[in-house]
Amino acid sequence: MDIHEHQAKDILAQFGVPVPKGGLAFSPEQAAHRAREIGLPCVVKAQIHSGGRGEAGGVKLCKTEAEVRDYAADLLGRTLVTKQTGASGKTVHRLWVEDATDIAQEIYLGFVLDRKSERIMIVASGHGGMEIEDLAHEDPDSLVRMVIDPATGLVEFQARELAFRLGLKGKQIGQMVTTLRACYRAYRDLDAMMVEINPLAITGEGDLVALDAKMSFDTNALFRRPQVAALRDPAQEDAREAMAADHGLAYVGLDGDIGCIINGAGLAMATMDMIKLAGGEPANFLDIGGGASPDRVVTAFRTVLTDPNVSVILVNIFAGINRCDWIAKGVVQAYKEVGLTIPVVVRLSGTNVTEGRAILDQADVPIITAGTLAEAAEAAVAARPQPVAAE
Amino acid sequence: MAILITEETRVVVQGMTGRIGQFHTQEMIEAGTKVVAGVTPGKGGTSVLNRPQFDTMREAVEATGADASLLFVPPPMAADAMMEAAEAGIRTAVCVTDGLPAQDMMKVKRFLRRYPREKKMRLIGPNCAGIISPGKGFMGIMPPHIYTPGRVGIVGRSGTLGYEAASQMSALGIGVSSSIGIGGDPINGSSFRDILKLFENDPETDAVIMIGEIGGPQEAEAAAYVRDHMSKPVAAYVAGLSAPKGRKMGHAGAIISAFGESAQEKVEILQEAGITVAPNPSLMGETVARILDMKEAA
Repeated sequence: MDIHEHQAKDILAQFGVPVPKGGLAFSPEQAAHRAREIGLPCVVKAQIHSGGRGEAGGVKLCKTEAEVRDYAADLLGRTLVTKQTGASGKTVHRLWVEDATDIAQEIYLGFVLDRKSERIMIVASGHGGMEIEDLAHEDPDSLVRMVIDPATGLVEFQARELAFRLGLKGKQIGQMVTTLRACYRAYRDLDAMMVEINPLAITGEGDLVALDAKMSFDTNALFRRPQVAALRDPAQEDAREAMAADHGLAYVGLDGDIGCIINGAGLAMATMDMIKLAGGEPANFLDIGGGASPDRVVTAFRTVLTDPNVSVILVNIFAGINRCDWIAKGVVQAYKEVGLTIPVVVRLSGTNVTEGRAILDQADVPIITAGTLAEAAEAAVAARPQPVAAE
Repeated sequence: MAILITEETRVVVQGMTGRIGQFHTQEMIEAGTKVVAGVTPGKGGTSVLNRPQFDTMREAVEATGADASLLFVPPPMAADAMMEAAEAGIRTAVCVTDGLPAQDMMKVKRFLRRYPREKKMRLIGPNCAGIISPGKGFMGIMPPHIYTPGRVGIVGRSGTLGYEAASQMSALGIGVSSSIGIGGDPINGSSFRDILKLFENDPETDAVIMIGEIGGPQEAEAAAYVRDHMSKPVAAYVAGLSAPKGRKMGHAGAIISAFGESAQEKVEILQEAGITVAPNPSLMGETVARILDMKEAA
């Protein structure tokens, strides 16, 4: 789960990370008021769940109150398309107004889950400001990595060593140790999956300050982090994915036209691969999960059909903890309740497959059945409405 | 002999008293698995499916001599239950539970390091379908009837894709020695490499199919192991060729976030290590048949 920059800064500041003075604004008037409180010049930053906001025109240094007001009026309600948002972009509903900082140098600082060591790892570079992917590509030698032992946490000498390796000096060493340990504690205590400060600036006076901050959290741990769960901003989430998640479905929207309803993440990915090989494009990833009831199957149909590009639906179930008879009932129910007008291909296998196929055979619905994974994908591609040949 | 579970394995089920635990325990017993006890704190002294229930793992192991444990424990308590199993002397634990916090698994892996190698519990999962040695027994949620007993090992992250492979193999008359689901989480108890090592040393396994997916470094580690240490032929399939970068595809671990984590890159790494990669998921069975033929011809 992602949160906004201002929320991440607020959390990190509570743990001891130095951040600039700032305030939140939901209107141009409020933004101007914040600028008055903080002092000019100030930076106005669009708050959306995405990086690359500066390049997309979502960050501006303002010298006068009028400039703040005009820029805020322009930005609020606008949809920003960054290289991370996808073509549909994300809408700006709130702004962060912040004291402008005199930047002498930019440092990159990230905390991630390293799957190789299965521990929290710090990644840092003295050449911050750009995205970590670009940094890894353009200046890999500048990257410093350090793995933290969960039994001891980040030990002070390790933090100091990292500060020296980044070329920091004097009072910056102590400030860096404080910042690193604060980030680590925030990561650990709040079940984060990622903490990123980019840039961590060295000011003209030689002090460290976090100019941008990003945190994302382990959704599996939200049950014990109600204060983190409360930071969720549904306006920044894909409405379809959020609706699907509320019904126990894992859904990811894609660009094709073959809607997929599958059980298990691996089989879902494999089915999408198969569709592609058969010459089609999947419209979505959808895992209905285990023990799916007929109602959940109907919800899956509804979710897939919210995408107007879908012209065929492929249901591929290999039941273990699921039951083919329940799936079949759900498919038949979907015909009655959802009013399906597009072709549906169904492949059932595994637990209670005979009962499931019998239900489909007896129901008066125009389903295309398939016996194997390959047949299912080919049938779905063949069932698409044929484009009229332009000659 | 098979790996990890045989007809001799004495299984305790943590969370047998729940609806899901009871349903799958019944299936396991019907398939011939030696289920000897259940553990649910507070349910000690009762009996479920004619198996005694205990409050603690220590009591269950002392009373029944159990050496393996299957966990149907909800996510908030699952890590604790794994550590309790390890401390009670369980040798193999399988955790089906999906939705464990990543830091809980970090803690479990750190905890397991306190035991010397010969006493260390082998953990499979979490978020996995379980393990089966067809005709001998199983621990998990898979439909046992789709597996034919035989001499090919299966190891995969995804449960349902493992079923798909087993049924394609059954259709071609190829049987399975053991099938191991290692689970879809970013941190898991056993890696592909760990399981490949067991298959390499199992006299009843002739060849292995490994079913990977996008995300994480484990397929690449496994490829290096196959290249340097395996004498048995290995086939593979990697799911997610059509998955976009940076999007989590269902499994918590199925996200392309670093170099070498896309399906295409993993396929190349596996092929360079001499592994025969199925060009698509409907050819997993035929690819296994091919490596068996090659082995015979050699």
